[in-house]
Amino acid sequence: MSKGTKVPGYMQGKGSRNPRGIIGDREIRYKCSLQNTILDVLRGRPGWQEVPGQQSTGQQQANTGKSGSGSTTQGTTSGYKGSVRNPQGPGTQSAVPTRLQGFQSIPPITRNSDGDWDFYWCDREWLAQNYDTMFLYEHQKILHFRNHYELTRKNLMVKNLKRLKKQTERELGKAEGQSFEFFPTTYELPSEYHIFVEEFKKNPGIIWIMKPAARAQGRGIFLFRRLKDITDWKKGEYQPLSDPNREVPETYVVQRYIENPYLIGGRKFDVRVYVLVVSYNPLKVWLYRSGFARFSNTRFSLDSIEDTYVHLTNVAIQKNAPDYDPDKGCKWSTQQLRKYLSAKHGVEAVKKAFKGIDNIIIKSLQSVQKIIINDKHCFEMYGYDVLFDSDLKPWLIEINASPSLTASGKEDYDLKFGLLNDLLNVLDLENRLTGKEKRVGGWDLLWEDGPILADDGNMECAPNGTTASIPNSFLGCHNERKRQLRELYTAAQSIKKS
Amino acid sequence: MGDSNYSKAYIQALIDELKTSKIYTDLQCAAQVDLAKPTLRLSELKKGVLNGLVNSGWDRKLRNAIYRFLQTNPKLQAPTPPPEHLKEPLVYLRKAQQSWEKRILKSLNSMCTELNIPLARKRPEKDQKEWAQKWTELGIDGPDLSQIRPVYAPKDFLEVIIGLQNPNYHGSDTPGFYHLWGIVQVPLKVKDIDELRLQYSDMSINQCQSGIDDAQDIPSELFEQERVKLGKKVISANHGPLAQEFSKKGCPTSMRATLWCQILAIEVDEIDILYYEQLKTNVLQHELLVDSLLYKDVKLTATNDDQYFVFEDFLYQVLLPFSRDTHVLKHFDYNSASPPKSYIRGRLGMEEFAVNYPPNGVIPFHGFAMYVAPMCFLFKETITLYYVFREMYIRYFFRLHSISSHPQGIVGLSLLFESLLQTHEPDLFFHLKSVGCHPLKVAFKWLVRAFSGYLSSDQVLLLWDRILAYNSMEILAGRFGGFNNITSHSIDPVKSLLQMKAPCFVHGAQRTKRPGAGSSQREAFCQ
Repeated sequence: MSKGTKVPGYMQGKGSRNPRGIIGDREIRYKCSLQNTILDVLRGRPGWQEVPGQQSTGQQQANTGKSGSGSTTQGTTSGYKGSVRNPQGPGTQSAVPTRLQGFQSIPPITRNSDGDWDFYWCDREWLAQNYDTMFLYEHQKILHFRNHYELTRKNLMVKNLKRLKKQTERELGKAEGQSFEFFPTTYELPSEYHIFVEEFKKNPGIIWIMKPAARAQGRGIFLFRRLKDITDWKKGEYQPLSDPNREVPETYVVQRYIENPYLIGGRKFDVRVYVLVVSYNPLKVWLYRSGFARFSNTRFSLDSIEDTYVHLTNVAIQKNAPDYDPDKGCKWSTQQLRKYLSAKHGVEAVKKAFKGIDNIIIKSLQSVQKIIINDKHCFEMYGYDVLFDSDLKPWLIEINASPSLTASGKEDYDLKFGLLNDLLNVLDLENRLTGKEKRVGGWDLLWEDGPILADDGNMECAPNGTTASIPNSFLGCHNERKRQLRELYTAAQSIKKS
Repeated sequence: MGDSNYSKAYIQALIDELKTSKIYTDLQCAAQVDLAKPTLRLSELKKGVLNGLVNSGWDRKLRNAIYRFLQTNPKLQAPTPPPEHLKEPLVYLRKAQQSWEKRILKSLNSMCTELNIPLARKRPEKDQKEWAQKWTELGIDGPDLSQIRPVYAPKDFLEVIIGLQNPNYHGSDTPGFYHLWGIVQVPLKVKDIDELRLQYSDMSINQCQSGIDDAQDIPSELFEQERVKLGKKVISANHGPLAQEFSKKGCPTSMRATLWCQILAIEVDEIDILYYEQLKTNVLQHELLVDSLLYKDVKLTATNDDQYFVFEDFLYQVLLPFSRDTHVLKHFDYNSASPPKSYIRGRLGMEEFAVNYPPNGVIPFHGFAMYVAPMCFLFKETITLYYVFREMYIRYFFRLHSISSHPQGIVGLSLLFESLLQTHEPDLFFHLKSVGCHPLKVAFKWLVRAFSGYLSSDQVLLLWDRILAYNSMEILAGRFGGFNNITSHSIDPVKSLLQMKAPCFVHGAQRTKRPGAGSSQREAFCQ
């Protein structure tokens, strides 16, 4: 993918023709707290410019802004809010002292330069620290919702899912509740320890998996079959609670282990699915066509439950495996996986399985729809981890709010580069689209306050109406994003002209 | 088929073959069952039994068996030629093949002496048990391979082919006058574009093809639904020629496994399972140097491939038994190559102590495992995979690494490739030549591997569909040059492969590809 400067006409924002709100004709300013693919994408976008002097991580504001050499210090309170927002370019960007002790009228805001960017790819920590005190303009877009953890912390995710499941059963009957059977029995520890023990005794001999609720990349995960294993662990973990220096015990979830995963070549794998939420109210969800399946490095067998490598497919864990070959990455594209599965099980079975993934996505998002603080400035790209069992039923393993964007190889880089570029196309800060698109590049609109159905696209004929009932979901299908974008922008332009 | 143009001897051979196969006894049993039926009238004995056999599906099975024989056994000419003519009628090519074999053997032997490993040895009891245990995960810790190197690579083989000269064919003294323009200097007759166009008429641009016109985002009413419906009918008929005809437009992904089995007349039964188990036992009991070669090859190729690394273990389970399978020896009747001989220790040169080495007579080269790898996408059962691969090998793939004048042999294919490219893409041909990157030198390894590993797996499978359907490998060479103008667009990626290999080559407007054709190009970067 070229990051060249020459851009075909259809790719360029037609600022004069389509006024872009507050941004108008000027370039789009962005900030980015990561140093990987996303930064490449942002830098490669025509008409986008990095806000100078940005911080590299989500630290306190103390060290920002100083790089702008001619930056003027804010002298008075009156100029404080107004001039900062003055979008006249980097020159006015401010370096505000962190603590303005002298002015009681202003709360100790750690950050005030809200107006100097239009798009911010921030990290979660930064958002958590600054969200409540920041003011955003209509056009500004920022990654993450305030309380994204409702879905990404394993214990909260399960709690929310259980709640929606109960509610559905109450309102629509048991049968409807069946559609929630996509996460294994899960309990939160230590709070639900007693219910767990009861359940454990009911099903002797099965394997359970223990995961820390908040840690990522597979850290701290282990499997066990006997209660003794967990009591030993408990002792080590929770012992001297009276010790004031010790923090509250870390929350864990314990989950029934899926013992019959689908194996390819004797190896276990999970599927990474990218989902974009641009609004929670109404819920508007996009699903990316491409993704990948990560394979465990070794052959799966239930005999060796102490061997973490076999059981976990996280790339981060696999990296520590002794014979890990970084060049290989142990990945298949979702397209490859879909082809493989349809060769073995037929197209229909695979359609059903992938429909199950759609269901997982929608149900999980609905479960937090009322809880997430909706904000039209926010968007979120989730990385869903889904596991197939031997009956091709998909199970939700976890949801990540900051899926890894660091590429493990050329193919992976191309995937992520296209993914992120199309994400920006969906957000459409350039205002090039009509807003009614069902597909933008590799993203397909899966849900907008209700299921979206695939129409016949550009084909005029849908003779027997069967196509109309197909959901607009194409996970693992061809992703000819460039071609689609070309057509899309040409069409949108002509619509806007007329 | 009684009054056909098959000679009596040929039909006799067919009958003999059938009599020794399992289908003969099966048919007898089935006939007896029919005989015992009370509804059968004595006066119409023959008719009744025949009807019974047709109704119970045995007639189809018999037809499939005969069809298989016809496909694998070349028609005998009268008068019967000597056996070496069946292998290769041209003396100078026969000799070239023999000296090539000698070279391979020499290199194999020198590796043996250098590393001080025997060609074969019995495994100690303990090792045998260990191997039996880890049979399904052979990839975890294989033998030490650091010293092993592939016996030869397609590059070495190409040099041999370039060096081939017909002693009876003298150009004039002015160099380049009679000489062929390409680097293959063997004057063989190859088809021209019109003949190919006729032969592959089902692939012309106006015909819908599976793998292209059934992509997910094309409404299924347009093509896919009808295609799948027809496919189901074909499969239920269980008739080889029918499946073959159907596959000319490509197999739908989910039907490919069944269709291939039908075309190749493979139905794995208990005897086959037993036979495979026997081969497996042979692997467990004896260790061959060839094992290490196969191991090394898998590690070098498939394990390193993004698409195939998952199947590493399957490959060992297919390739190791394959090297022990003496059934493969049969194909040397019509293969210009001959199985290498090895002698029992101390009895060098004594015919009665000669054994074929390896038992199947095939010495693997760099990339051999890639003949199996794409098929791992099709079959879950290792055993089915094994038999399909074996059949594909003794029908087609062996030709890709032996010197012969057969139109589908590698020499013929190389020549066909060069002549097509020369005639129909002269710009490309000339450009590549002038930048010092001769097209065949680029493409040769693709041909030898039947594109496996160079195109994405689904493209390879679509291509192999055509090999099976047309019972010919000319499609491999035909994928280039002008040929793709008239055939389906699925062919296109190969040309892009070639173009990408050629630096700073600008070739007109790239033909617009329809969905399905594009995805494979990234493979080019791996090389």
